Amino acid sequence: MTELISKYLPLKRSKKRNRRKRALTFSVLGVILLLILVGSGFLIDTQGLVVNFDEANSAPSWSHPFGTDWLGRDMFVRTVKGLSLSFWVGLLAAFISGVIALILSLLLLVNKTLDSLVTGLIDLFLGVPHIVALILISFMLGGGLYGVIIAVALTHWPRLARLLRAEIMQIKNSEYISVSRHMGKSWFWIAQHHILPHLMPQLFIGFILMFPHAILHEASITFLGFGLSSEQPAIGIILSEAMGYLSSGMWWLAVFPGLMLLVMVAVFDSLGRNLRKVFDPFKGQKH
Amino acid sequence: MITFILKKLGKLAALLAAISILSFILISYSPVDPVRSYIGAEISRISPEQQKNIEQYWGLNQSKPQQFLQWAKALTQGNLGTSLIYREPVSEIIIDRFSASIALMGLAWLFSGVFGFLLGILAGMNEGSLLDRLIKSYCFILASTPSFWLGLLLLMFFASWLGWFPVGLASPAGSLTGEVSFADKINHLFLPVLTLSIVGVAGVALHTREKLIEVLNSEFIRFARAKGESGIKLFWRHGLRNISLPAISLHFASFGELFGGAVLTEQVFSYPGLGQAVVKAGLGGDVPLLLGITLFSVIFIFVGNFIADLLYVVIDPRMQIKPSHD
Repeated sequence: MTELISKYLPLKRSKKRNRRKRALTFSVLGVILLLILVGSGFLIDTQGLVVNFDEANSAPSWSHPFGTDWLGRDMFVRTVKGLSLSFWVGLLAAFISGVIALILSLLLLVNKTLDSLVTGLIDLFLGVPHIVALILISFMLGGGLYGVIIAVALTHWPRLARLLRAEIMQIKNSEYISVSRHMGKSWFWIAQHHILPHLMPQLFIGFILMFPHAILHEASITFLGFGLSSEQPAIGIILSEAMGYLSSGMWWLAVFPGLMLLVMVAVFDSLGRNLRKVFDPFKGQKH
Repeated sequence: MITFILKKLGKLAALLAAISILSFILISYSPVDPVRSYIGAEISRISPEQQKNIEQYWGLNQSKPQQFLQWAKALTQGNLGTSLIYREPVSEIIIDRFSASIALMGLAWLFSGVFGFLLGILAGMNEGSLLDRLIKSYCFILASTPSFWLGLLLLMFFASWLGWFPVGLASPAGSLTGEVSFADKINHLFLPVLTLSIVGVAGVALHTREKLIEVLNSEFIRFARAKGESGIKLFWRHGLRNISLPAISLHFASFGELFGGAVLTEQVFSYPGLGQAVVKAGLGGDVPLLLGITLFSVIFIFVGNFIADLLYVVIDPRMQIKPSHD
């Protein structure tokens, strides 16, 4: 019997450790990949963005890995620039939405009226199709780059807020909170010292997992024609321009930019899921 | 049961009221000038007095609350106003556009539901196998795919390159409404429906997979296995009942994503549906149409969620509201 246990137990444990290690490795790889993507957006030579009719409409080659468009602009440079814009929009959106979600969910501690106001607001935002909400807000701000950024930033908090609220609800009724409360600590102090540390992993992973949504929504809404003008390199703009050249056989205009966007979103998504395995092994193992 | 429905209707009324106030505020603070967007490029041809007259006629010189009250009053009488772009009553446009959209959304909803459910079952029954991992990664990749890009690829491949399907619209260009045959309609619908279905599969499949794995780990399954049941028989007797209701319910609750996907897909395929209309309204500064479609989409999502909740109450005997013991 003991022999059997000792035979299987270490094996199982080591397997589990490997799983977490693997998740960590994948996370580090993901971060490196993202750093390369964003860093190259900074460092890349913008010479390729200049209109150059001599090289217009050329298929992918060594000098232009993603080909050029009808104005002779290098599609690789445009794509990388577009991705770095997507990254910044995603970062800002995830940050602002994260802060909103945290503050609103912490209102649960203050009193019931405020909390029911918050749940009402969450229902309100989830009751409108996300795209329609984005259109409304960017319409209010008169379109433009800032309209798009603010619209994306202001509409991604409800799901995270709902998640955090449920978490707080659970913690709130635990014994050490009521002990702390009886010892005369204020809700603010309790939120700071007892609840926030608990929320950190959820908040961090929610923050990372907001990126893919925000980036996709930014691309969608610029694709629909809100905000950015055609000189600004954004993936949505590139793809909506490519739509006019579909029948001319210039497949590279749409394929590569979209594929790069997919890669970036997928990297963020897998980063979030792997980090959940690292930080929250109990819940992470289930997925 | 009746109280349940009444409660939900009350919630819908509150939601609609809140959303109409909020979206009215959002829109009324837009820097987009309604008169300018109404007249368009010929703004220089009309005199400032004429502009003033139009503003007067539309009641733009009234205060914001007054404007809102007027709009809300008309709204409760079923009058959504007249669209600035299409010069038709908004309600007519919505009905007209929605009947085109519902064919697209309905078919895509059905296909993505069926295929997602089947894929989820296949993955869940073979947890950890190669098939499971393939389906899982397929779903994760799908979830990261921009739907409009997928539409573009399909359009490029099937319509431009192979020439199997038309490039856009809901009927051949230049044909009258009466002349469009059923085959034509299907031909035009195929690619948009395919795009929207492929994108919609991921959510249902992952949810079904997880739920099935959860069910398969329960005690009654272990007991059934001990009796010698396995494979399809086990699934048919004990698995299917437990996972179908949550999956159907979830699928009803995903009308919001469906609507969002339809907006993008319709834009790619220039399909004359509601989604395309809302984009045009947003870009063209058509306030009545934008507000009308916003309210309509809220009702649309609400209906989905309502059916999802109702299914539980009606079908699942455990959820039935117990009559009080008196």
